[in-house]
Amino acid sequence: MSPSSRPPLPSGLVAFVKRDCPTCTLVAPVLAQLAKQVQLSVYTQDDPGFPDGLDPLDDTSLEMSWHHRIEAVPTLLRSEDGREQQRAVGWQRADWEALSGVAGLGPGLPAARPGCGSRSVDPELAPKLAARFGAAKLRSRRVEIASGEDEIEALQARGWSDGLPLVPPTEERVLAMLEGTSRAPDEVLAVVPPDLVECSVEKVAINAVMAGCKPEYLPVVLAALEAACTDAFNMHGLLATTMPAGPVIVVNGPIRRRIGMNSGRNVFGQGNRANLAIGRALQLVIRNVGGGRPGEVDRATHGNPGKLSFCFAEDEEGSPWEPLAETLGARPGADVVTLFPGEGPRCIVDQLSRDPESLARSFAANLRTLHHPKLVLAFEALLAVGPEHGRVFREAGWSRRQLADRLHELLLIPGRELVRGAGGIAEGLPESVRDATLPKFRPGGIHLVHCGGGAGLFSAIIGGWVAGEMGSQTVLREIRP
Amino acid sequence: MSDAPRVVLDPTSERSPAQRPRLPRLDSLDGRTVGLLDISKPRGDLFLDRLEQRLRERGAKVERFRKPTFTKPAPLDLRQEIATRCDAVIEALAD
Repeated sequence: MSPSSRPPLPSGLVAFVKRDCPTCTLVAPVLAQLAKQVQLSVYTQDDPGFPDGLDPLDDTSLEMSWHHRIEAVPTLLRSEDGREQQRAVGWQRADWEALSGVAGLGPGLPAARPGCGSRSVDPELAPKLAARFGAAKLRSRRVEIASGEDEIEALQARGWSDGLPLVPPTEERVLAMLEGTSRAPDEVLAVVPPDLVECSVEKVAINAVMAGCKPEYLPVVLAALEAACTDAFNMHGLLATTMPAGPVIVVNGPIRRRIGMNSGRNVFGQGNRANLAIGRALQLVIRNVGGGRPGEVDRATHGNPGKLSFCFAEDEEGSPWEPLAETLGARPGADVVTLFPGEGPRCIVDQLSRDPESLARSFAANLRTLHHPKLVLAFEALLAVGPEHGRVFREAGWSRRQLADRLHELLLIPGRELVRGAGGIAEGLPESVRDATLPKFRPGGIHLVHCGGGAGLFSAIIGGWVAGEMGSQTVLREIRP
Repeated sequence: MSDAPRVVLDPTSERSPAQRPRLPRLDSLDGRTVGLLDISKPRGDLFLDRLEQRLRERGAKVERFRKPTFTKPAPLDLRQEIATRCDAVIEALAD
């Protein structure tokens, strides 16, 4: 919050009270005692005449209480130059004496008594107060919805939607969303393609509200946007390509569990709010802030349903391996998003392999066909290994590296199978590679992630689009609170 | 719900106006279809008859429409019909 929007405290001692609180009534004589000896201002939250004879300041609007984050009454503060130096909550003789420098306070009173809740944190009032006093810090343009206009239709009509209804981003909801991060609303965290617009935390929060996020999801959305808007991830190219890929968000770290993400059954499907809303929020920022809309800069031939939202968590607990983010260089145990430029997932069925070599061969045979069996080196893949397949590698003691290396070997393809015309198919590589042996993927081009439900001998391939510096690279970002 | 205006925050880069922009004005009326909407107020027809005559002199085609009552907004079907069939519309308030 900018200092100017918060009304300064008067200098000296400042007390916040309400008549409705028995502890406040109890300490009224103490306040009278203090007022005789030191400079004291008393703000009263309910009855402007309370406490009698102390010339209290009217805070029935709760503006001072809200801005100075009073949580209980009585609260006694010491202020210098408008800034709080010290605070005592409830009646505590020792604290009040230390804070005021006045000894012998409240003879005859108990040494301590807890206070009551401040009216400014009353659950019924707090959201309204947040909107009234906190909205000034929101810089976005206000858009009025005409009377008689349906608000859901109004949002659609303005072109803000990905096709599904949006949650109206009211001041109250956006302020509540911003509580999910410690970052300032006006912090610019990315330049969003394709329009290359500076995007503030506030704009992300607005789109996160519309996407259906809860405030605790916001840090993940912020990190995902930062990752998406790097040169390496190349969101502009990913948006503009005629290929069907879009940003795929994989989440690692304790935050997965804290915000209730799904890494298990139906991991890529419907039904989990965190997974769906986080992915949707990223796409809405790209649409609304970046101006990236289908048919305009987005030239996808088919697209894929994951361009509405494609976000999931890795099942770290059940994984035979260290987390995906860690293998890509993240700090162990950190909350991290990994952005992969991917299309929709495709299932690999293998219900018979019980040894890792056989299963690796199944994976390789399926990976060979990615985009085209005769096209190599251009693409990466995210290979989502299901728990029942993961178990085969765990029991055999195969590390992540071992599997990746084996897949690389199994996907070394003779040039004669890849050249144009081979197999009676015009698509393929130039004749010059006929005598070479080429890998389907460059080293490190297959990313293994462990997820899915506990039943089903399946894995899944999420194909990329143009990989590496010519296209999009997989990008990590640590999630900041 | 209260009568207070409902306000939402703009989720966009704010490069385009908050209100939907008007359609561009026609360069010429020649060969274009102009809808004349009579809102059913007295003598609106006299005004529109004269407008129709002047518009036809300028080479425009004219379609006439009439609201069932001036007291209520034009029905959605009527608005859609006008939007579909006309390049421009003139609404006669009259009285």
